[in-house]
Amino acid sequence: MTDMTLIEAVNAAIAHEMATDPDVVVLGEDVGVNGGVFRATDGLQKQFGPLRVIDTPLAESLISGMSIGMAMQGLKPIAEIQFMGFLYAAFDQLICHAGRMRNRTRGRLSCSMVLRAPYGGGIRAPEHHSESTEAILAHVPGIRVVIPSSPGRAYGLLLAAIRDPDPVIFLEPKRIYRLQSETVEDNGTELPLDVCFTLREGSDVTLISWGAMLYETQKAADQLADQGVFAEVIDLATIKPIDKETILTSVAKTGRCVIVSEAVRTCGVASEIAAIIAEEGLMTLLAPVQRVTGYDTIIPLFRLEEYYMPNVERVVNAVNKVMEF
Amino acid sequence: MAEGKTKVTSFDINYSQCLDEAGQLSDSPETLVEQGIDEAMLMDFYRWMQLARTFDTKTIALQRTGRLGTYASCLGQEAIGAAIGKAMQQEDVFVQAYRETAALFIRGVKPEEILLYWGGDERGMDFTGPKEDAPYAVPIASQCCHAVGISYALKLRQQPRATVVVCGDGGTSKGDFYESLNAAGVWQLPLVFIVNNNQWAISVPRSIQSHSETLAQKAIAAGISCEQVDGNDVLGCYLQIRKAVERARQGQGPHLIEALTYRLSDHTTADDASRYQDEEAVKEAWLKEPIVRLKKLLLSEQLLDFQKTDEQMLSEDQLAEIEQWCSKEVEQAIERYLNMAPQPPEAMFQYLYAELPDLYRDQWEELKAVGEKSRQQEEGDDA
Repeated sequence: MTDMTLIEAVNAAIAHEMATDPDVVVLGEDVGVNGGVFRATDGLQKQFGPLRVIDTPLAESLISGMSIGMAMQGLKPIAEIQFMGFLYAAFDQLICHAGRMRNRTRGRLSCSMVLRAPYGGGIRAPEHHSESTEAILAHVPGIRVVIPSSPGRAYGLLLAAIRDPDPVIFLEPKRIYRLQSETVEDNGTELPLDVCFTLREGSDVTLISWGAMLYETQKAADQLADQGVFAEVIDLATIKPIDKETILTSVAKTGRCVIVSEAVRTCGVASEIAAIIAEEGLMTLLAPVQRVTGYDTIIPLFRLEEYYMPNVERVVNAVNKVMEF
Repeated sequence: MAEGKTKVTSFDINYSQCLDEAGQLSDSPETLVEQGIDEAMLMDFYRWMQLARTFDTKTIALQRTGRLGTYASCLGQEAIGAAIGKAMQQEDVFVQAYRETAALFIRGVKPEEILLYWGGDERGMDFTGPKEDAPYAVPIASQCCHAVGISYALKLRQQPRATVVVCGDGGTSKGDFYESLNAAGVWQLPLVFIVNNNQWAISVPRSIQSHSETLAQKAIAAGISCEQVDGNDVLGCYLQIRKAVERARQGQGPHLIEALTYRLSDHTTADDASRYQDEEAVKEAWLKEPIVRLKKLLLSEQLLDFQKTDEQMLSEDQLAEIEQWCSKEVEQAIERYLNMAPQPPEAMFQYLYAELPDLYRDQWEELKAVGEKSRQQEEGDDA
């Protein structure tokens, strides 16, 4: 049992799989000697050698495309894209090939790979280093999109992602990389993909969030409890495919739902959840579903960033609105 | 040279040809034998190239009569495919673009499987032949990155195998091509790049694709050896590709071969090349096409010593027999293709993931019900 931050949990999960499965390789920019710009792969090259922990040329399409080739050979590549803002150069490979290889060849070839990328705002980073574009990825058939929100879930979900026989985009909320430590047992136990985690039970309103935003969401739930409003808090965790059963069951119980996401609002994952509830849970609702999201604009440079990011106050206000409906 | 400047590097690009357009060998037949090209292999080249051409002709006819979707022909480029097919070992990995029909045949892919893919059915890419070979790569040059990953895996596992990847002249303008060349150089991967320079990327000619004097020299910047070959000369192509594949297999690193040829067909059946190709240039290109020159060689007396008999290598009758064999093979494949029942509608979910996530189960069921209903209707119609 060790206390780990989220980034340490990522490192531990990769190290565990590299030690147990010789097919697992790590590749990306600065992942080798430097251990990654956030240190997610710290010490791995020393432990497993430069053939398995590979510093690549600075070329994102290559990183995702060669991961596909490696997976076609039965290796298990864990590729790192340094920031989500640099992922777009890899989209052609992800959309045209990673998500399609199994389908295109009727299962003759497949693409068991993980593509990790730090995402999200709130670290006073330069332009292109703060966005949350998980919805673009969630639109792509044939891939999974997973976002952990705690060290324990980062460890367990990353293990599951590496062992999954299909491509998984694993987005790491970098704002909370080192925010908190918790005890994580490094024993190779994975957590299930494709399911939500109910972090807190409540009777009045369902709060759904993922990644770093769960911290604001949990704080809001604390404040609301002081007011006598009991929120159920759900960590979506797997963004694609969404676990609609957990969501619908919770909403049927509480009758109200507020979705919290730092991504822009239009066509976001929050919109998809709202649509699922509208289609299949409408009659259980006591109030309209509310979305608390980033604004429909480019995430500003950091002087204005705090106005963009959803905060506790906005979540509480949205809950009060649905309670008063 | 200006004072104070030192020449740091320079390069040459070699061009090779073994069999010219008149069917004349540049070396003696003995040299061919020494390099392993015997009578059986010459016949094989002829047979596979002819099969690819017959396949193209009959496939386009199928498309024109509404029994196939869009199809990309390899007319005029049969030598490159045949050379690749013969130069590779079965355990090597082939990462195709989409005009290497002869290579696919040689590696064991069945003609009906190719028809099935272009006929709108994914099962065509679950083909017979080496299971690790890549499927068709439609998006242009993206397959080069896959070839890097495949080659990296071969090298990591210390397997004496090589990867061959093909892209076109248009593909050499794309980032994935450069990113792949660059990485293959860095890691000295067992990877052979073949550029099928057929002079056209749909309607855009080679001159607009790049100001580079050769496409081969793009490898120089990545520190990779490279050369040009006459892509209509199956023997020259074969010898150069075989050499590169053998070197790669022995751990001597990557290589690039630019094979110069000409696209004698439309880009695909959805294209009309007469809108942009000059008629005279096409006529001229037809004079250099690969099958006629091999036929000339086989019917000539150049090979008499080589065979140590008084007979020509091949008689007109024998050629006609090969052509008949090709027609029969393709016609039988077309029959098998046309008789293949379609997949049920829910098959579109069958290989989306290893296991269908719960979220999509109702969509799968909806499609399954639609399929069952239409099957019942068909049965009702039959009755």
